[in-house]
Order: sequence, then C-alpha cells, then structure tokens
Amino acid sequence: MNLDDYRGVWVFIEQNNQKIEDVSLELLGAGRKLADKLNVPLAGFLLGDEIKPLANQVIAYGADEVYVIDHPVLKHYRTESFMKGVMLLAQKYMPEIILYGATPNGKDLASAVATDLVTGLTADTTMLDVDVDSRLLEASRPAFGGNIMATILCKKHRPQMATVRPKVMKALEPDSSRHGKIIEEKITLNEEDMRTKVLQIVNDVTKKTNLADAHVIVCGGKGMGDYQNFQLIHDFAETIGASVGGTRDVVEAGWLPHEQQVGQTGETVTPKIYFAIGISGAIQHVVGMKNSELIIAINKDPNAPIFDVATYGIVGDALEIVPVLIEQFKRLKNEKGGEITYA
Amino acid sequence: MHIVVCVKQVPDTKIIKINPKTNTLDRRSAPAILNPYDAHAVQEAVKIREKTGGTISVLSMGPPQATAVIKKSIEIGADRGYLITDRAFAGADTLATSYALSKALERIGKELPVDIVICGKHAIDGDTGQVGPGIARRLDIPPITNVIEVVEVNQQEQTVLMKRKLANGYELIQTEIPCLMTVEKEINEIEYSPMPNMIKAARYEPIIWAVSDLENVDRTQLGLKGSPTIVGKMFTPPRPEGGKKLEGTTDEQVNQLMDILLENKDLFTLQSSN
Ligand SMILES: Cc1cc2nc3c(=O)[nH]c(=O)nc-3n(C[C@H](O)[C@H](O)[C@H](O)COP(=O)(O)OP(=O)(O)OC[C@H]3O[C@@H](n4cnc5c(N)ncnc54)[C@H](O)[C@@H]3O)c2cc1C
Ligand SMILES: Nc1ncnc2c1ncn2[C@@H]1O[C@H](COP(=O)(O)O)[C@@H](O)[C@H]1O
Repeated sequence: MNLDDYRGVWVFIEQNNQKIEDVSLELLGAGRKLADKLNVPLAGFLLGDEIKPLANQVIAYGADEVYVIDHPVLKHYRTESFMKGVMLLAQKYMPEIILYGATPNGKDLASAVATDLVTGLTADTTMLDVDVDSRLLEASRPAFGGNIMATILCKKHRPQMATVRPKVMKALEPDSSRHGKIIEEKITLNEEDMRTKVLQIVNDVTKKTNLADAHVIVCGGKGMGDYQNFQLIHDFAETIGASVGGTRDVVEAGWLPHEQQVGQTGETVTPKIYFAIGISGAIQHVVGMKNSELIIAINKDPNAPIFDVATYGIVGDALEIVPVLIEQFKRLKNEKGGEITYA
Repeated sequence: MHIVVCVKQVPDTKIIKINPKTNTLDRRSAPAILNPYDAHAVQEAVKIREKTGGTISVLSMGPPQATAVIKKSIEIGADRGYLITDRAFAGADTLATSYALSKALERIGKELPVDIVICGKHAIDGDTGQVGPGIARRLDIPPITNVIEVVEVNQQEQTVLMKRKLANGYELIQTEIPCLMTVEKEINEIEYSPMPNMIKAARYEPIIWAVSDLENVDRTQLGLKGSPTIVGKMFTPPRPEGGKKLEGTTDEQVNQLMDILLENKDLFTLQSSN
C-alpha cells in the first residue's frame, strides 16, 4: 500500500427519509478544517434512493465534492448494500480520511467497511485533528477509567477512519452560493441477493425521552444516594418543566432507563440550562453535556471536576439544596400564577 | 441450532483507577468481570435455546484468567466454552480481535456448524462495538447490530426476525441463518442461575486453544502486529476555567442562584396563566 496514493477527506452523509442527519452536517464542518489543513478537497458521500437532490445541501455545508449512489435497493440502511457502495467509492477514489457519525447505522457501516478495507477505525471520537507533516488523523476519545483522553493513530493503513459523536463538532453556516462538483456513481444491486430485509420502521416517540432536544435538563448522579432520594431529581424537573437525565452509574444502579443517560455512551445534549446534581464530572459524562449554555452544578465536594465545566457551582448537600430549589420555584409559580416556559 | 456467544473479560470500570503519573490503567485496582452486555448475549442465547433446542457455546479471547467469564457464562446457561489464549493475540485492536475470533469460530464450526453468533453491543472497557460486525464480515454472514428483541427464530425457513434499535425507535428486520447479532441490555433481564448450572460451572474446564490449534492463520494479522490503530498519546483534557462558585449558607446560595436564573430572561419566562 502506497500511502501517498490516498488523498482527500470524506464524510459519510447519513440520511433518513431524504433528510440529512445533523451529525453529518457537523462532520462537514469538522472535515472542512482537516481538508484545509491538508490542502485537499472535502467530499461528502451519499447513498440512498432518490437522494440526489440532497447533494446541494452537502455543498452548502462545506463540501467541494459530493459522491452520490442512488439505487432503490439503498432505500433503507442495510449493512450489506451500503457497504458495497462505500467499498466501491473508497477503492476507486482512495480518500485518506473517512468520517462517520457515531450513530447506530454509522457505527455499523464503518465497522464493516473497516474490516473489508483492512484499515483502522477509531470509535466514538470527540476531538479531531491532523498532523500536517505526517498527514496523520489524530482522533481522540475518552479512555477507560478516569479523566483521560487517548489519541488514536493509524499509521500504516489507509483510509484512516473514525466514527464521531453527534453534537460535539460544529456545523458551518450553510452557504447556498457555494459551488461544488456532484459525481454520480453507478452500482449493481439486486434485492434478491440481499440476505437481510427491513420489514418495518417504527418511530417510537413515546420511548424517546427527547433529551437531545430538551431546553432544560436536570441531571442527577450517584451522589443522590439512593433510588428514593433520586425522586428529588424528578420532582425538581417536574416543577420547572425540565427533562430528567442521569449518569451511567445512575443507569447501572437501575434508577433510570438507559435512554436517559447523558455522556459518551449515552446521549449528547446541548440544552440552555443543565443542572448537574450529585455528579462528579468524569470525562465520559462531561463530553456529553459540556456544550450546554448554562451549567449549574451542585456537589458537596469542592474539588469535584464538574465545577471546572460549571458556569455556576454550589458546594453543598444536594439533599438539602434541591428541596429548597423546588420550594422556591413553586413559590415563584404561585406568586405569578403561571407556568415556566422556555424560549 | 448452534449458538456461539462471544464473551469478553473486562475490568469493572466502575472501580477502575488510573495511575496519574503514567496515565495508564491500574489493572490491579479493578476486579475482572464478564462484560455486562455479553451476559445479556448469553441470556438471549438461553432464551432462544428454550424454543429451538440445541447447543450454546461461548468463546473468549484473553489471558488464562478469562476462564472465569466462561464459567460465569456456563452459570447463565451455556453448554460449553472455548478460550483462545496466546501471547500472539496480545495487544489486539478491534480488527485483529475480530480476525482471531473468526478463526476460532471457523474451528468451532467444523465440530458443529454455527447458526447464530451473538456479541454484546460493546465491551465496557474498549467501548467500540466494532468487533461484532468485524466477525460477521470475516465469516461473510449478515451482521445485525443493536438488537433489542428476537421476535422469532424460524428453523424451517432458516430465518430470524428481530427488532433493531434506531435513534428514534426501531426497525423490524428479517435475516438469514447463519447470522450475527449484537445485543443491547434491554433485550432481556439476567435470570437467577439454577443450582445445577452453578454446580456445572464450578466444575467446568473450558477448551483452551493456542494459535497453533487454529487453522490457516496468518500470524501477521494477530495481536499488536495485526492492529492498524495505535494509541498515540494519553492526555488530560485541558481543564476549562470553570465558573463562579456561589458562597454562603444553603439558603443564601439558593437565593443567589434564583437571582441569576431570573436575570437570564432569555432562558425562560414565567407566563402568567391569566
Ligand atoms: C467506557 C466508559 C464509558 C462511560 N460512559 C459514561 C456515560 O456515557 N455517561 C456517564 O455519566 N458516565 C459514563 N462513564 C462512567 C464515568 O466514568 C463515571 O464513572 C460516572 O459518570 C460517574 O457517575 P456519578 O458522577 O453519578 O458518580 P460518582 O463519580 O460516584 O460521583 C458522585 C458525586 O456526588 C457527590 N455527592 C455525594 N453525595 C452528595 C450529596 N449529598 N450532595 C451533593 N453531592 C454529593 C460526590 O462528591 C461525587 O462527586 C463511562 C465510563 C467508561 C469507562
Ligand atoms: N476478546 C474478546 N473475546 C471475546 N469476545 C469479544 C472480545 N472482544 C470483543 N468481543 C465481543 O465483541 C463485543 C463488542 O466488543 P467491542 O467491539 O470491543 O466493544 C463484545 O461485547 C463481545 O461480544
């Protein structure tokens, strides 16, 4: 393998029902920086059924080129059919870097493609950079245990690939006057050859806690002590009309379902107000909430790392403070006789 | 029906410690456990076997102590267990791990053809979720990731019907046997192990293979040598400035906070209901 044969930064554009996922737009923003540093074009690649019209949006968000494979068999995501498309593109055009959103489908696709291309894949990246001299992608992610990040490199194989967490990178402002090249690629796929069928897609909104879209989140940690005390988190959230989140330790203790976990292995959230109550602030938690607008932390340990990311911190016992907060907000609501709404 | 579950021994990350000087994991600080997702994978195999009959094998790659997770799997209900252990496997990333496991699966399949491979959604230490799909590609069987329910295993038609979790719901998928699935925790509850399983587990001796016991192995694809990714550096993320710590008694602090929140008019408004 001659590493110099590989050029360009590519982003997998994930779409569902002809709508591009936010994470793909964020990756175009991140990819733009990498491509500029390496002085190569940024490309998006798009697979699906009747998705060609989306290509212009990919350009508006920063791509110089868009590779499109449009085929009825690609209507719903399936590992088999999508990876055939990606293999075709990657082998023909030989990009040096490919980024995917760390979504269920993005991770599934990247893992399969990495195996067949025989190359490295970094999972759930939260920081991206390139070293211009060596042209190496520096994909960093929290590593097991403590407040540690590890930078993963892939020195001898190409393309260098990474899945990247949603909501940690920033999309560019779309610019519809941008110009770019759209390259359509043909593929032969037969439905009869597919071993897997998608019979039904169910959008289950009831199960979704909407953490990702919440304006205000009250997130409780292990510091609440037990399941009983954790009800204070629910009470507070209800009083102010917020959504409830928890740390992984809380989810593992069975105080909350996994859908409500915030962090590296849970949801990434960016609310206007984030209450972190009884949370130590481990890196795996912090990467999932640090981009919130206003962060308020309550912790009885003045040295807890959560105070490093908090806009305002209260050092004290949550079991005392939260009831007072609930009381204050209730009084406020009574005085004004209304509900709290969020802009 | 022959189901093989891939199980990994992981440090219990809840009590793990990092050596602040070297930035490395202090393995002695954390007890080793069966990866929680893999426990659900074994449990799901048990549930499938209740309907279809057949055999459950578990397969692990790791140091000799990893026999502990095989015993744990027998407790949950697996029939037999294989451990592949060899210095040549050490330092494997997900690509090299899936290669080694697929070679072991080929050998297991020679003894008894494999119908379904089940992996956990991810291992709590490495936390990548890449090994399952990697194995599936190497065996050329369909991978179905993030499975939350196995609806039906149809032995006559040789198909499996299952629900796969998506960002906003799920999809109902049918695939052919043989196949590989990776399972979420919500797929089942781990049941209490019946006494006979416990006794069997206590006495059980796993089948142990070294690289030389596997066939057609390209040694350059194993372990550190076969791993395209390397850890470049470990670093503590730059500590953000941090904000303001409020001071005073609890009541004073809460009052200050209320003032701050109410001042931020763009954040929320109290709407009068009349
Ligand atoms: C691979 C991997 C992935 C992970 N993914 C995630 C993830 O997605 N999300 C996540 O959250 N974690 C994740 N973790 C776990 C993470 O490392 C931490 O263990 C976890 O976030 C700690 O949760 P906690 O803050 O609730 O508990 P603890 O760390 O136990 O902190 C409790 C805090 O509460 C404080 N406290 C105690 N009593 C009180 C009181 N009465 N009043 C006020 N404060 C009090 C204590 O001072 C302490 O700071 C992951 C770990 C690994 C290894
Ligand atoms: N060393 C190993 N031995 C057996 N199974 C493994 C091993 N590593 C990973 N797996 C399987 O692959 C799944 C995903 O692991 P990972 O890709 O490391 O997050 C795990 O839940 C296991 O089922």
